[in-house]
Amino acid sequence: MELPRYHRLRGPYYRLEGRACPGCSRRFFPPRSVCPSCKSGGLRPFAFCGRATLYSWSHVLQPARGFASMAPYTVGMVRLEEGPLVSAQLADADGVELAVGMPLEMVTRKIRDADEHGYIVYGYKFRPLLMATRPRP
Amino acid sequence: MRDVSVIGVGQTPVGEHWDRSLRDLAVEAIAEARRDAGVDRVDALYVGNMLSGELAGQENVATLVADAAGLLPKEALKIEAACASGGAVLRAAYLAVACGAHDYVLAVGVEKMTDVLTDGVTAALALAADADYEAAHGITFAALNAILMRRYMHEHRASHEDFAPFSINAHRNAALNPCAMYRQPITLEDFIRSPIVADPINILDSAGISDGAAALLVCPASEARRARRPPVRITGSACATDTLGLAERTDPLVWQAVADSARLACGQAKLKPKDIDLFELHDAFTIVSVLSLEACGFADRGSALKLAAEGRIALEGDIPICTLGGLKGRGHPVGASGTYQLVETALQLRGEAGPAQVKGASIGMAQSVGGSGSVAVTHILQV
Repeated sequence: MELPRYHRLRGPYYRLEGRACPGCSRRFFPPRSVCPSCKSGGLRPFAFCGRATLYSWSHVLQPARGFASMAPYTVGMVRLEEGPLVSAQLADADGVELAVGMPLEMVTRKIRDADEHGYIVYGYKFRPLLMATRPRP
Repeated sequence: MRDVSVIGVGQTPVGEHWDRSLRDLAVEAIAEARRDAGVDRVDALYVGNMLSGELAGQENVATLVADAAGLLPKEALKIEAACASGGAVLRAAYLAVACGAHDYVLAVGVEKMTDVLTDGVTAALALAADADYEAAHGITFAALNAILMRRYMHEHRASHEDFAPFSINAHRNAALNPCAMYRQPITLEDFIRSPIVADPINILDSAGISDGAAALLVCPASEARRARRPPVRITGSACATDTLGLAERTDPLVWQAVADSARLACGQAKLKPKDIDLFELHDAFTIVSVLSLEACGFADRGSALKLAAEGRIALEGDIPICTLGGLKGRGHPVGASGTYQLVETALQLRGEAGPAQVKGASIGMAQSVGGSGSVAVTHILQV
């Protein structure tokens, strides 16, 4: 990933920063500048809390270039507590029996192998919530 | 707006053409389409292509093809809409003729993918996804579709095996198409044993990497009788879009762009889905066939697997799909696939589909989808 692009992405990648619509209070991740529902502009930064549930997932056996050392790795779509769905890698999922609806939390991890630019890209992943920290039913 | 007809079609076999370039393939398809029409005049050339820059190190590809095909100094433009480029290029040609800007326009879709190893092609295909929020996280195209497939299986209590009829149907029909890449029929056993790409998606759920080119010559319907072969009218042409990122949809299992483009095209043709004799859909993965059939109104939500299990998608069924193999059986040279679908639909309507002929077909729908359902182009052809 090019350095300026990585720099631009630091809010969403490190802090799960999206946008909230002042018009209809919908929240978005990734950030967008116009609300697709009420067409308002002027969306404000909004940091998601990082708690989520699992919507669906897949174990990638045929990785994209730049991800070979991580294969097989697990990717998924997660439902953030505040509403939006997000696509991301799942961390610490080896040997865990995944299930739709299971609780997850955001962690910051290495996203890919170092590319030709030489530095390591970090960003959000989601991991199964540790048993000890799960809310009791 | 003027009515527009397809008067000539041409295609190269789909395959791994190691001895032939992007330009060779495009020139062959164009020459065949012009021969088929028996009309020399060409006012403009539109080239549907997704990955020439990434996989062949070549942009300005429309000029390249115009030059190689002897069409200079005519207008030539590249049309790109990810995997829907092949549908989009006919739409561009249709619009140019319908509005009166040009009379005879060539639409050629071409893709050359097999010069590059699989990890490079996987990365290139991911360019159709959201670069910052999907591809940069190692989420491949197969993985996006796998996430959808697992969710579909969860919501509708389906098994992976339930998707097999789509792949089996595609291979059975491809065996009847001399231009298809995978001409061997497959069994349920083959499907189950196929290696996993991104679970639950396996190799036989997925359309293969390939090379090929297909072309159509269009002109005003009022002049179509000049052609050597029976003209095929374009009675519907529509394009619709949805969020680039799959996760940004209210419900990722509802492919709204696919639904919208089909509804608009059917509206223009004054038809309902039940009037369609055959449907060339974008079966890049078996789950895409399922979501497309449901979005276009051929099956209720959650019931497309049943449609396939009952054999209704076969050549002799009430809604035949992938009649000459589809993306799975014929092969999926991405930017060209949409033009192959349209060439095949035209051949079916002309009664020239050989042993794969759908009897009495007079109305065909072809739908080309880009990204994870983020852009869809639907055409309705009629004789």
